[in-house]
Parts: sequence; structure tokens; C-alpha cells
Amino acid sequence: MKHHVSFELNGDPVEVLCESEQTVLDVLRDEMQLIGTKEGCSTGDCGACSVTVDDRLVCSCLMLGVEANGKKITTIEGMAEGEKLHPLQQKFLEHAALQCGICTPGVIVAAKSLLERNPDPTETEVRYWLAGNLCRCTGYDKIVRAVMDAASEMRGAA
Amino acid sequence: MQEKVGNVPMDADLKWVGTRQIRPDGMDKVTGKARFGADYNLSGQLVGSVLRAPHAHARIKSIDISAAEALDGVKAIVTGTDFPEQESKMSPAGEMMVNYNHIRTTVMATDKVLFEGHPVAAVAATNQTIAKKALKLIKVEYEVLPHVIDVLEAMKPDAPVLHADLITAGVSPAPTKASNVANRIELNKGDMEKGFAEADQIFERSFDTAPVHQAYIEPHACLAVVNQDNQAELWVSTQGHWVVRAHCARLLGWETSQIKVVCAEIGGGFGGKTVVYLEPLALRLAEKSRRPVKMTMSREEVFRASGPAPGTHVKVKIGVKNNGKMTACFTEMMYQAGALPGSPVSQGCMAAYAPYDVENVQAIGHDVVSNRPKVAAYRAPGAPMSEYAVESVVDEIALKLNIDPIELRLMNAAKEGTQSAHGPKFGPIGLIETLEAAKNSDHWKAPLGPNQGRGIASGFWYNIGGQTTVSVVLNEDGSVNLTAGTPDIGGLRASLAMMAAEELGVEYNAIQPVIGDTQQLGFNFLTGGSRSCFSSGMATVEACREIAQEACKRAALIWEIPEDAVMFEDGMVRPAGDNAGAHEPMNLRDIAAIAGKTGGPIVGNCSINAQGAAPSLGTHLVDVEVDPETGKVDVKRYTVIQDAGRAIHPGYVEGQFQGGAAQGIGWALNEEYIYNDKGALDNASFLDYRVPVASDLPMIDTIIVEVPNPNHPYGVRGVGETPIVPPMGAISNAVSRATGVRFESLPMSPPKIRHAIDAARAAGSTDLKM
Ligand code: FES
Ligand code: FES
Repeated sequence: MKHHVSFELNGDPVEVLCESEQTVLDVLRDEMQLIGTKEGCSTGDCGACSVTVDDRLVCSCLMLGVEANGKKITTIEGMAEGEKLHPLQQKFLEHAALQCGICTPGVIVAAKSLLERNPDPTETEVRYWLAGNLCRCTGYDKIVRAVMDAASEMRGAA
Repeated sequence: MQEKVGNVPMDADLKWVGTRQIRPDGMDKVTGKARFGADYNLSGQLVGSVLRAPHAHARIKSIDISAAEALDGVKAIVTGTDFPEQESKMSPAGEMMVNYNHIRTTVMATDKVLFEGHPVAAVAATNQTIAKKALKLIKVEYEVLPHVIDVLEAMKPDAPVLHADLITAGVSPAPTKASNVANRIELNKGDMEKGFAEADQIFERSFDTAPVHQAYIEPHACLAVVNQDNQAELWVSTQGHWVVRAHCARLLGWETSQIKVVCAEIGGGFGGKTVVYLEPLALRLAEKSRRPVKMTMSREEVFRASGPAPGTHVKVKIGVKNNGKMTACFTEMMYQAGALPGSPVSQGCMAAYAPYDVENVQAIGHDVVSNRPKVAAYRAPGAPMSEYAVESVVDEIALKLNIDPIELRLMNAAKEGTQSAHGPKFGPIGLIETLEAAKNSDHWKAPLGPNQGRGIASGFWYNIGGQTTVSVVLNEDGSVNLTAGTPDIGGLRASLAMMAAEELGVEYNAIQPVIGDTQQLGFNFLTGGSRSCFSSGMATVEACREIAQEACKRAALIWEIPEDAVMFEDGMVRPAGDNAGAHEPMNLRDIAAIAGKTGGPIVGNCSINAQGAAPSLGTHLVDVEVDPETGKVDVKRYTVIQDAGRAIHPGYVEGQFQGGAAQGIGWALNEEYIYNDKGALDNASFLDYRVPVASDLPMIDTIIVEVPNPNHPYGVRGVGETPIVPPMGAISNAVSRATGVRFESLPMSPPKIRHAIDAARAAGSTDLKM
């Protein structure tokens, strides 16, 4: 059975028909053609599907599409403002914090969520916050550096 | 044959090479626009899904697809009989030698299933729900057979035999009975008896390593279309789309020209995406249904049915003089091949003692099949296990002889001119330089805390070249398009654009590099063997030099002087010799603007079989802290030191070092395949398999050593694989030094460490430190 679901996606109101068993991840990828949110496991273990729902970081593979009704969802596609990248996006490029890049959208979404709560995280705090986002390529070193650098730049700008 | 190209000296003043440019494909990747394997869709596409064997070993008595076929929404079903039989012999595929009978059997079972998760049938249906329902309606009747998982068990005379016709190769006289040992190889240098007779002391140990998965975050995925005229297109996440094309054509009985393969952005491979699994199934389903078919593996399928790296058993015996000089090195190793022959045991044998200059070496390898998925390459395939074993014994020798482990390695280190046991005499290699850098590092000199130990290990990997095509086009406005064919997994496009900008004397941003599809370029071997920056880099440089030469020719035409009176320098074409100063120099933009009038488009094409790949050696330092209560090991500090030849983009070179080290830390401490007594995998999820997460690791420091490869215009060696070789030895040595117990088995999980400490205590060990 299809359900009519309306929610806010990256700042715009959207409506979609979705099956009961479709996850938010399925809705984003298959119904909205927003392929930036990735599927690495579909069981909540890799964080590639990270989005924020009403400013809470969630694995979109673990949330049903129907549960999105009335919520505010932000994905990687909603991070840059026009031609201006979010500082995290810029720092990931500068620090070579991505290799294959499949984990990158999820990691950046998760890191943004961290910096909203804690603008001045320690290395350990970054590592624990990102522990749910697997990256098999980088060994996390450059990811952690990029997040810390973005945080410091954002603090400076504020 | 490629032409000899001039090398750019290491001290040349370079504008781009060696800098940290932003990768051209980066913008798409940080904004979510990049298309990976599962990100392609076509209207009307079907969902393909695979039925997998629930048994580790069983005979297929019958498959009945009639009920599934009758289900509404099911558009096509394939089973083993949809793929033509293949002769069991090694045959060329692109530039590899492969056994297509084995590949066919891996892709889809025919008479037997050989591992849990072995594909038995595949369905294409209008949606996922119907596809899953259809799979349930396929009736397969099995006769379950006894299975064997462990490598040593599989070698026993009474073990269940997987292949009734498998006679061990490499043994004479040939055995008369089938067994699970597919191959025995032997590598010899010098005289073992003499070498051990010369030794003052002999050290001997056996090691076990568990199978581990590459665990790329992106599951295998592809989208296939076969038109009514039998022209096929395939979008796929792969390390080598020409190799995929070769395999699919053969498995389907098609011409290669029928299939166009587009390589999607690839979400990690590490060797695991050098083979085909879903691709031939998707193409056959698309052919049968004449609809696009999309297939993706679930994470569980990735673990159960795509190639892990083999588990191994490795014996090591080293003879040394009391001063630490090695006189004889022996190793015998058993590698799991998975269900079909072809483990990387020969690479294991060749790499085992490659870092050392020893007169007498013998390595014996056994390639052993058992009821597990067929192994696939994983970063330096075969080397990490044998080198882990050797490096552990080397560390024990250092401790027992009371020699500094760096000094011991320096005393025995392979260098330029060393005759390797596996054949080549080494050219310039950088092992000694990495050891010296380790000795001089802050890390080596830093004090250790309680329950901490410091480990060191070196590692070797060959690197390869191979067939490569690159095309560079000077556009009419002077901008440049560069098309390469080796999938870019970690910054290749940036590195190629940097070399091209350097050669052409243009801005880095003027170069637009892409990875072309199989119809745009000649054959390209896959991204593997750390070859992409080496081979595609070499072809890029040659293609650019062709453009420079052509630019000179065009200017000569305009200036009406001989071609050899024109030179290309710093991106400018100028009259040289007697004509110097006679004409206003032109840059590439000027030349591009007059291309039409002077002979047409200016293109540099380079198709080569890149020769002269050179090994990369590295040395890793690690500090661990062992919790005596729980047996948990924390990695406190880590330094990777490796010879890159020349680091084109240091950021991505460091990334390779760090990523390899992190994978090695997982391999050393907690990753493993756990099978139950039914031969089924019990930990087929990220949660249960558990790769290292951010909070498990420290920062990973890097030191790039540059001993240029004389066979590459910029000195590139290839860096991707060596970094996974030393970590297991380094960490095991660190744990052994922290605890006072020598560890012989991976992963060193907390229960194993607790157990070893308890056992040492019970035995009254005087070495025990906790
Ligand atoms: S896909 Fe959602 S956590 Fe992995
Ligand atoms: S960059 Fe490949 S998984 Fe993170």
C-alpha cells in the first residue's frame, strides 16, 4: 500500500508516495533521485546513509519513509549554499579527507551535526562522534583533521 | 614497445608535481553528486536478485523454476545452464591468465554448491518485493555433503574432497588421488643445508592468520542493458572495466565489442572488485528480458559470497649468526583458496623474504581449496600473511640476540643489486632509507608507558605495470581533456592532471581528466598492483610529450623553419638554435587556435604495456598498550614510513599509507571470518565483523621516502599495497614486547591475549611482563 508523506527536504516542502516497507533511504534515493545518501549496509552499521531529521543525526536506512511525515530532513545535497561549499566540504577537499568518497556524504553530514552541538570538539570527541561512520580507505586521520580544521574556521567566522 | 622517455630529475623545479591540489572529482564527491555503482538508473529497469546456497557443500539434484516463472512481475530467471561450459585451463583474459571454468563456477553453481552463499539462480522482476518472492518459489533439491572449512583440515587425507578431478599440480610424480591441494610451488635460492649449517642459532615458529574481508563500504552493484540488436551496456563499480568486459564476453559467449562497460565511481575495492560476480548475471537477465536490470549486493551477500583474503598457516625457520646475519631462511605456507583453486600463495612465497638479502632461501607453498567463497585479491595479495610470520621471527631474533630490531634489519636489508629469491635483481629500492628514517624518527625515541610495547616491521610489495591507454586532447581554446582507463579510487585523476600540467606547462585547472569507458580507449588493465599512477601516469606523460612535439611541428609550419629548429619549454613553443629569437614564442593556446589551419586537431594518444614497475618497501612503527585485565590492545601511536619513488600528490600518498595501516590494524586485532559447525558464516555484518572505527585508532603519522624509480619519467613506484604488509608484524611484535609472550595467531583478539598471558603465567614464564 502506498502512503502519502509530506516533509521538508533540504529546506523545500516535498510530497511523496511511498510503500510501507520503504525506508527514508529508499525514499531519498529511489523516489527523490537524491543519490548522495549512500547505502553501505542497510542495518545501521556503517553510517553511509546519515541524514539529519529535525536536526537529529539518524541512519536513514533504519527509519521508515512514512515516519518522515511532518519532519525536516537534511541530506548532503542540502549542505552547500548555492555555489558556496559548507566549510566541512571545503576542508575535506583541502585535506584529501576522501579517497573513494563513498563514506564522504555520511561523514560530512554526521560531522556537521557534531559541530552544531559542539563547535570546539577535541580529537577524541570527533573520533567517538564519527565512530558510527565507517571509512575503509583513509584510516580516519585526514577526516579527523578536516573536521577539526573546519570547526576552527567556523568558530573564527562566528 | 613504448619509447624511452626522459626522466624528470628529482631536484627539478616543478610547479605541480609534489603539491597538494584539490582533486578534480572532489566537488562531486563532497556534494553527493558523484555516481557510484548503485547510483545509475534507467526507466523501466528491473531488479535482479540472487538465490544463494544455504549449505557449505551440497550436490544440486534439481532446480525447479516453474513456480517463480509463473509469478506476475517476474521477467527472467537464470541458472547455471544459462552460461556456456568453459574448459578448465588457464586462458588469457586481457592480460591475466584465468581459468574460465572456475570463474563460471564462482558466478553460478552448476552441479554442486561449494560454499554457503554460492549463487544458484538469479531473478529479474519489476520490483524488489516480487524478486524476493520469486527466489522463495525456486525449488532446489540438495544432497548435503560433508564440508571442510579450515585449511589444515582440508589438507588431511580423509577430508571431504571438493573437486573429484583436482590432482595436485607441481608435485612429481603426480598424485593418483584427488585432494584439496590444488598446487604446490617451491622457490629456491642457494643451499638450505649449507645455510642452516652455517647458522649459530635457528629460530622456528608457525603462525595462523584468519581470513579477512576487503570490506569496501560500497557493496557490488551494476546496471545492465541489452538492446534488441544485442549491443550491451553495463554501468558498474569495478577496478577494471576492460577486465569486466573480457570476463563477461567470455562467460556469455559474446564478442567483446558487443559490450560497452562504463566504470562508475567506485566506493572502495582493495582488490575485491577485480573479479565479476553480478555482472554476467545482470547481462544475461537483461538479454532475456530486454529490460535494464539493476543488481546490488546486500552487505550480508558481500561478506558471504565475495572474495575475502585467505586464512593461512605459515611455518618459518630462520638461521642466524650470533651477530644477527641471516644465513638461511625457510618457509612453508598453506593458503586457503576458497572453493576454487587460485590463492595468492605464490606471491606469499615470493614476498616472504624479499626485504632481506640472504644467500639461502626456500619457500614452499600449498594452494588449498575448502568450502569458503573463492578468495579475491586484497591489497598486496598473499604478502601480508607470510611477511607477518617472517617479521615476527625477525623480532624474536632481535630480542634473543639482544640486537636493536632496526640494526638487525639494516644488517640484512635488501638493497640495489640484491639478488631476490623470486628472480629479479633489485634496482634502487628504499628499504634502508625507511629503516634509517625510522631510527631517526621522534616516534622511535619516545618513551613508553606501563603495559606498552613498541613494534616494528618492514614490508615489501612488487607493484606492476601493464597495458594502458591514455588520450590527451588539446582543445581549440587551449584547454585540455585527458581520458584515462584505470578506475580512480583515491585521487588518480588529480595525479594524472598534475603530471599533464607539468608536462604541458599549463595550469592544473586547465586539465580536465576523466576515466573513459571501454569504447573510448584501447585496453586498460585494471587498477590493482599499485599500477594506476605508475602506468597511466607514464602514458599521460608520453601523450603530453606527443602533443608538445606536435605543437613544435605546427609552429615550424607557420614559421617556415625545420621542425627540429623548434623547441617546447615551459609551455611555450619557441624557435631554437640559429632561429632563436627570430619569431615570437607561442603558448599552447596560440597553437590550439591555429590547429585547424596547420593540420587539424591536436591529440596525444599513448598505448603502452608499461614496463619497469619497481617495488615499494616500507617500515612501520607502532606503540600498543595491552590491558592485562581484559586482553584488549589499544594502538597508541603509529608511523608509516614508505618509499614512494616520487609522491606526485603527497596527500593521497599519505592517504594510502594511512588506509593500509588502518586495515592492517583491523587484520591484526579483530577482523576474522567466523564459521559455525554447519560451515555457515556467523558474522556476515559490519556489526559482527567489525572493521576499525574512528574511535579505535590514533592519528597515523607518515614519512614519505623518495627513492625514484628510474623507469618512470617522474620516478613513481606505486604505493597502494605495501602499507598493508607491515602492520600485522609490527603490532604482533609490539604486543609481544608489551606482554612478554610471543603471539602466533591473528587476530590478536582480547580472549586470545588473555589466554596467552594466563598460559604463560601457569607455565611460570620468566619473560612474562604482566
Ligand atoms: S546503510 Fe544505513 S547504516 Fe549502513
Ligand atoms: S573514502 Fe572510501 S570509505 Fe571512506
